[in-house]
Amino acid sequence: MTMNRETIVNISLALLLLAIPLIALQLNSPFYVTLATRMAILALAAVGLNLALGLGGMVSFGHAAYFGVGGYVAGILAHHAFSGLPLDFGLFQVPGTNMMPIIWVVAILVSGLLALFIGAISIRTSGVYFIMITLAFAQMTYYFANSWPAYGGEDGLSIFVRNQFPGVNTLRPLTYFFICYAILLAALVLFAAIRDSRFGAALQAARQNEVRVATVGINANRIRLAAFVISGMITGLAGALYADLNRFVSPSMLSWHMSGEFIVLIILGGVARLYGPVAGAMLFVMFEFLLGGMTDRWQFFLGLVLLGVVLLARGGLVGWLAGRARHG
Amino acid sequence: MSIALLLEQILNGLQLGVMLFLMAAGLTLIFGVMGLINLAHGSLYMVGAFACATVAAWTGSFWLGLVASLVAAAAAGAIVEMTVIRRLYDRDHLDQVLATFALILIFSEGTRWVFGSLPLYLNIPDLLRGTIPLPGGGRYQIYRIAIIAVGVAVAVGLWLLIARTRLGMRIRAGESDREMIAALGIDIRTLYTVVFAIGAALAGLAGAMVGALQSVQVGMGEPVLILAFVVIVIGGIGSIKGALVGAVLVGLIDTMGRFLLPRAFSVFMDPSEASLIGSAIASMLIYMFMALVLAFRPRGLFATAK
Repeated sequence: MTMNRETIVNISLALLLLAIPLIALQLNSPFYVTLATRMAILALAAVGLNLALGLGGMVSFGHAAYFGVGGYVAGILAHHAFSGLPLDFGLFQVPGTNMMPIIWVVAILVSGLLALFIGAISIRTSGVYFIMITLAFAQMTYYFANSWPAYGGEDGLSIFVRNQFPGVNTLRPLTYFFICYAILLAALVLFAAIRDSRFGAALQAARQNEVRVATVGINANRIRLAAFVISGMITGLAGALYADLNRFVSPSMLSWHMSGEFIVLIILGGVARLYGPVAGAMLFVMFEFLLGGMTDRWQFFLGLVLLGVVLLARGGLVGWLAGRARHG
Repeated sequence: MSIALLLEQILNGLQLGVMLFLMAAGLTLIFGVMGLINLAHGSLYMVGAFACATVAAWTGSFWLGLVASLVAAAAAGAIVEMTVIRRLYDRDHLDQVLATFALILIFSEGTRWVFGSLPLYLNIPDLLRGTIPLPGGGRYQIYRIAIIAVGVAVAVGLWLLIARTRLGMRIRAGESDREMIAALGIDIRTLYTVVFAIGAALAGLAGAMVGALQSVQVGMGEPVLILAFVVIVIGGIGSIKGALVGAVLVGLIDTMGRFLLPRAFSVFMDPSEASLIGSAIASMLIYMFMALVLAFRPRGLFATAK
């Protein structure tokens, strides 16, 4: 296989993200390790959204719901593991856990179920309706988390000790970065595999021309729903990682600003591009860090930059570095 | 539970509904005519509230503040339309979402820059202070009644504007066929600016009126914006009638749910637990209602033909 320009850009981005924490440790500034971990996790969340938004053309303005629910799964399971009291579902009881692999599986399942419920209703609509409905359902989870006092309500829930992964010390920032980075790479492989599969072809065809897809006997909505659920699962997993990074979950993970940020990451990086979310997350976190260090009003300038990107620069960073996406 | 209390809650629901209508009418008008989804509509609500609170504090007159809120929101709307929104009409919804999301950041942070982080307070004008008796022995704030009256007046006014005036005729024509109306020599760019400014003024009016009930602060427009989205999704995007019906339904369901559900649950469970579960479910009630409406009418109750 000859390497095209996009492959080179992608490999460089992956290596750059890997290099940040390693160089940071050499320079004895461990804070940048956390920054790089944040980039990897937000990129993972956006990889999830990119599946629905980029490949499937479903502009979900509610992916914070899956992100936050994944976070709450991590928080709640850790909370019960810490207190020793099982989760009581009335008919049966489930013990808490602080093992990351179990937490991840539960986070993926729960956010997948939520995506199935929200997707099944939302996918019947399209366009602006879809945007508003996904937003509204995400707000529903936000208000629920705010008003449900068992797990901290609006104050949020702390994870006192970061959850564990067999065989390694997750408390070491670099180790935790590697875990998140490995999951991000796995998600990127999955994204590429889906994109190049028959399923992915149908999904992209449904975005481009629904009538043609229907004519060849494919039910576009079922394809979309499946993609939407996988998308929610990936973002939910990112939420669980994010909760462990901050050792804290709160309703703000479910807020619509979060959903907006995910869309911003994808646009900054390049819609439907494999490494678009990675580029977007790296740019966004750097921007937030640099501007946030200079002024408290950094969101004002972020708004101006975003406006400029939407009005003037199209295709995002990957589009700029690697040229227009090739179709075919 | 007395009749007076129930009546009071119904009026509260109507007041919320009317306020949502002022927001939703502008949103749905802008979508219907220009095909634009405007997330920054909540920022215009905030602009109205801040303008009203500032001018009322300078002059001591709520009424001047109210005028200022209309002017400021309409002006902010017109400026934003001419500088940014105008470039988005031909773009897809994703670009519109992103650009108007950016506008929210600019508006919110800009307002915090100018006014600081502390909330402002706005007093109810003397004329509308006090309460009136309700049947059944309760009393109700005159100011809230006045909000309901303003909402009804705006609904009637909008209907007259759209159904009976030349401008309304152009708006309706713009809704059904924008190429044709441009070909007939109507200045469509100015028409769009006017429609956007009208929508903005309604949002500003809502913000100013609610500002006297709650505090005036950055971010106050966002919860209302999302409720207004729910309203127009239920009512059917582009339909003003739908916005009215949807707004009243959402206002009543939300208010009555918060009032009745905890009480209903306390029939068969422990009161403190009933209050927790009841209010948690009540906070999700309108979204469930929206899901239910969409299950049967995917394009809302009063979907337009488009």
